[in-house]
Formats: sequence, C-alpha cells, structure tokens
Amino acid sequence: MGARLAFLKGQPLLLLALALVALQLVMVLFAGFIAPYDPLAQDVVARLKGPSSAHWLGTDQFGRDVLSRVIHGSRASLAVSAAAVGVALLVGGTLGLLAAYYRGWLERISMRVMDVLFAFPVMLLAIGVVAVFGAGASTAALAIAVVYTPIFARLLRGPALVICESDYVMGARALGAGDARIIFLHVLPNLASVVLVQASLLLSSAILVDASLSFLGLGTQPPTPSLGLMLAEGRNFLMLSPWSALFAGLAILLLAFGLNLLGDVARDQLDPRLRGS
Amino acid sequence: MIARLVLRQLLDLLVVLFGVSLVVFFMIRLIPGDAVAIMLGANTEVTPERVAALRARIGLDRPVLEQYGVWLFGMLGGDFGQSLWTGKAVIEEIGAHVWPTVQLTLLSLLLGAGLAVPAGVLMARLRGKWADVAMRLVTVVGLTVPNFWLGIVFILLLAMLAPNLQALGYVPFSEDPLGNLGRLLLPALALSLPILANLSRLLRSAMLDALAQDYIRTARAKGASEASVMYRHALRNALIPFTTSVGIMAGYLLGGAIVVEQVFAIPGLGRLILGAIAERNYPLLQATILLVTTGFVVVNFLVDLLYLAIDPRVRL
Repeated sequence: MGARLAFLKGQPLLLLALALVALQLVMVLFAGFIAPYDPLAQDVVARLKGPSSAHWLGTDQFGRDVLSRVIHGSRASLAVSAAAVGVALLVGGTLGLLAAYYRGWLERISMRVMDVLFAFPVMLLAIGVVAVFGAGASTAALAIAVVYTPIFARLLRGPALVICESDYVMGARALGAGDARIIFLHVLPNLASVVLVQASLLLSSAILVDASLSFLGLGTQPPTPSLGLMLAEGRNFLMLSPWSALFAGLAILLLAFGLNLLGDVARDQLDPRLRGS
Repeated sequence: MIARLVLRQLLDLLVVLFGVSLVVFFMIRLIPGDAVAIMLGANTEVTPERVAALRARIGLDRPVLEQYGVWLFGMLGGDFGQSLWTGKAVIEEIGAHVWPTVQLTLLSLLLGAGLAVPAGVLMARLRGKWADVAMRLVTVVGLTVPNFWLGIVFILLLAMLAPNLQALGYVPFSEDPLGNLGRLLLPALALSLPILANLSRLLRSAMLDALAQDYIRTARAKGASEASVMYRHALRNALIPFTTSVGIMAGYLLGGAIVVEQVFAIPGLGRLILGAIAERNYPLLQATILLVTTGFVVVNFLVDLLYLAIDPRVRL
C-alpha cells in the first residue's frame, strides 16, 4: 500500500465504505454502458420473471429488465440527492457563514428563519413543497434542499463563530485582510471536514427521502426509472413476483448505507478527540 | 432562574409557531400560476365565474394581511375552515385520519426507545475492535434501511409463514383492541428500526461517557455489584441525553408513518395528505401541515422542559 493510502491501513470500515461508494459512483456514471438492457424496453412475453441468466434480477410487470432499471434508478436517486444537498449546502452554508461573520440583525433574522424551517417534520415540509410546485424529480430535489438548508446553516454557524473569534482571524484582520479574503482563505478551509462529513450523511438520508417521495408518487414520474417508484409499482405484484420491489429496496439500502458509513467513519477519523478510542 | 429559562423557551416557541403559520399561509400563494384555477381544474371545468366564486369563498380576493388575520384568528378559535370539495369541516377530516397515525407513531416510539435501552446497555459492554466494527455495520444498516421497503419485506414474510393472518388495514382500538395492536405491530416494527439503531448508539456512547466518570469508580470502590453500577449509576445518567432525542425522533417517525401507512393500507394522515394533494385541496393540506407541525413543536418544547426537570445541572 502506497504512502497515500496508508491511512486506510487497519480501517476495514473506511475501506468498505470507500469501495462501496466508488463502485456505486462508477455504476451510476456509466449507467448506459453497464446496464445490460434499455431500462424502458418492454418485453411482454417475459413479464414478472424471477432472476435468470438473461435477466439477473428478473423482469417487472412490463417485462423490463430489473437490473437495468435499478442501475438507472440509482442514477436518478443520486442525481436528485446530490442536487438537493448541493443547493442546501450552498444556501445554508452561506447563510451560516455570513451569520457567524457579520453577527447582528442578519444573524438574528436568518437563524430565526432557519429555526422555523427546522421546526417542520422533514417529510411534511418536503411534501408541502412538492404540493406547491407539482410532483417531479426537480421539485423533489428542491423539497429536500429546503429541508436540509437549516441543517447546514446551523452546522456551519457554530464552528464558524469560534473560528471568527480566533487569534489567527484577528491576526489576518490586523494585517489588513478583507472580509472575502478572511472568509474564503481562513474560515472556510477550517470547516471543510465538518462539511464533508455532514454532506455525506445528508446525501445518505436524502436518498431515503427521495425514495419515499417517489414511492408516494411525488418524485420522479414514470416511465423514468426511479427506485422508489419501482417499489411502489412492484408492491402491486408482490404475490406474483416480488423481485422488482425487493431489489429496488435493496439498491436504496446499499446507496444510503455506503454514504452513511463513509460519513460516519470519516467523522471519527476527523475528530481528534475520538481518534484512537 | 428556572422560571426565566422556561419563559424564554416559551417565547422562542411562540416565535417559531408564528413563523410556521406564515410559511403555511404563504404556501398557497407560492403556487406558480393561478392557484384558484389549479384547484378548480382538479375537479371541474374552469370558468371565470367559478374562479371568482371560489376566490371569494376562500377569501383570496381580500388584502393579504386581512386574509392572514382572518385565517390565523379562525385557527386560534378552532375554526380550521372547510374542505374544498366535500364542504366538511377540515377539523373533522383531520380527526377522522389522525388517530391511526398517532397510534402508529407512539407504538414505534415505544418499541424503538424501549428496545434501545437494553440494546444500548449491551452494546456498551461489548468492547474490542471487531465488536466495534460489527456494531457499527449493524447500526448503520438499521439507520439506512428504507422502512417502507422493510414493511413490504414483512408483508412478504408473513404471507409465506402465516398466509391466513391479516396484516393490512386498520381497526380502531375501541372496536377490537387485539386486532388493532396486531395489525399495527408490523408497521410499527418497520418504522422503529432506524430509531432503535439511532437511540441504542446514542445510549451506548452516553453509557461509555458515564462509565468513565469518577462516581462510577467510587461506586465500584465501595463494592457495588456490576449490575448496580451499570443500571443504577451509569444508565440513569446516560438516559438524560437519550430523552432529548426522543422528541426529535417523534418528528422523524411521523414522516415515516405517512409513508409506511401506504404500504399497510392504514387510513391515516398519509392518505389524507396524498388525497388532498391529488384533489388540490389546499385548505385541507394547509390545516393538516399546520396542526401536525404545531403538535410536533409543542411536544419538543415539553421534552425540553422535561430535560430541565431531570437534569439538575441545566438549572444552574
């Protein structure tokens, strides 16, 4: 193992999480090459079949290949979740940083707004957003972004407050550094690990929220393959052929599991207090 | 001192609730296009007269501030308006759907938190690298398993093992207590797994923290038994952080319940909300979101008060 990978030594869980996430990333990025069939191609003769050499995970009620739909569905889930977490990080993170840096009424008002958004149960707020803007993949992403924005705002404000009060930020200011220079060069880099860990954990739960929304018919719309939708459709044929529902759920679990484990292990690694415990 | 703390939290609660009411009130005004035409379009042909009539009926033709005032004071006085299409009072519609969801949420909370205590204590006793790895894998699976999928797996298993048992639907507790609990057991189990994983992990680290304290050493030194050290000394202190997250779990469970209800054909809030969205029954949707969120915020407030009561350190 090279020096760069030395940190993986003795870390079976980190290795597992990294391998799982990397594998899923490759699967999703090259979905078109990896999926054995067109996820929309129907084959009425081979409907609701179990796993076979031709269809590794079986076929659904229209004879579509479940494996190909799982691969493309994972891509849709990951795209919605990544967009949602990205927007939440950008908006919430900016708010949290600015609140910590400038304090005053900006902090009071923006944090109050975040408190209000945080007060809603996650699914209820997400459903409310979808109800307003109509069901679809992009509204699902927006809904999840709205729900996660206060989490990033609160997460960044706390440590940013500490950093803004620190000696080196005061030193930078004494040397005549401007606000932007201090925020981007001194405050932000020190928050990177917190952000990365939280982003990984929230991506994992975004996968679950997105799957829930599309399971309820409020996310990605048919015929676009989506894991939650596959579960909802598969449910109607459960006693005939459970494969589509079973494998779609397993794919959701694997996606969420890899990202959560990665964030979880990385949090311990990056927290000096927990290291070696 | 403590009175001031409670007063301050009460003030925070009111500010948050006011904000929540604003968000819910403006929800309908964020709808792209003419909300009234969209609502009508779900049910009938859209004509200018009908649009004007409905607009007047739900008060959208008046100034925004007046609308908000009328809406808010109506709610405060217990008038949640009428369902758009049936004309029934919204509060009746909610009342007819809220109990299965509340029951399911409470049952899962009881199951999850109840099982988390022995699980967390057990996990705190397991030490060593491989035990850590195994526990982490199991709890992360528990945290990330989609509970609606788990529900489907349970239904499949039950159909294979006991094909005669009825797993779906809902019977009120007052009609058939055993049938009620029997049918809620599987959905509650599916729903409680993530919070079981979450809470048992939390309890484990709180136990480990507590076990490292001086009073544990003192207890051991005076010859207290291992069980007494674990349960009387460590667990009682470890349960303090545990209680605060139970309130947050309630909100998570409620959201999960909306989804899991669909799997088990339980006529709860999930059905009401999805029906309201399909029919574009926004007044019903608004009232439901507002009521449920208010309930959730108040429960969390009460949990915070409970925290004050059980942890003497906070009072200082």
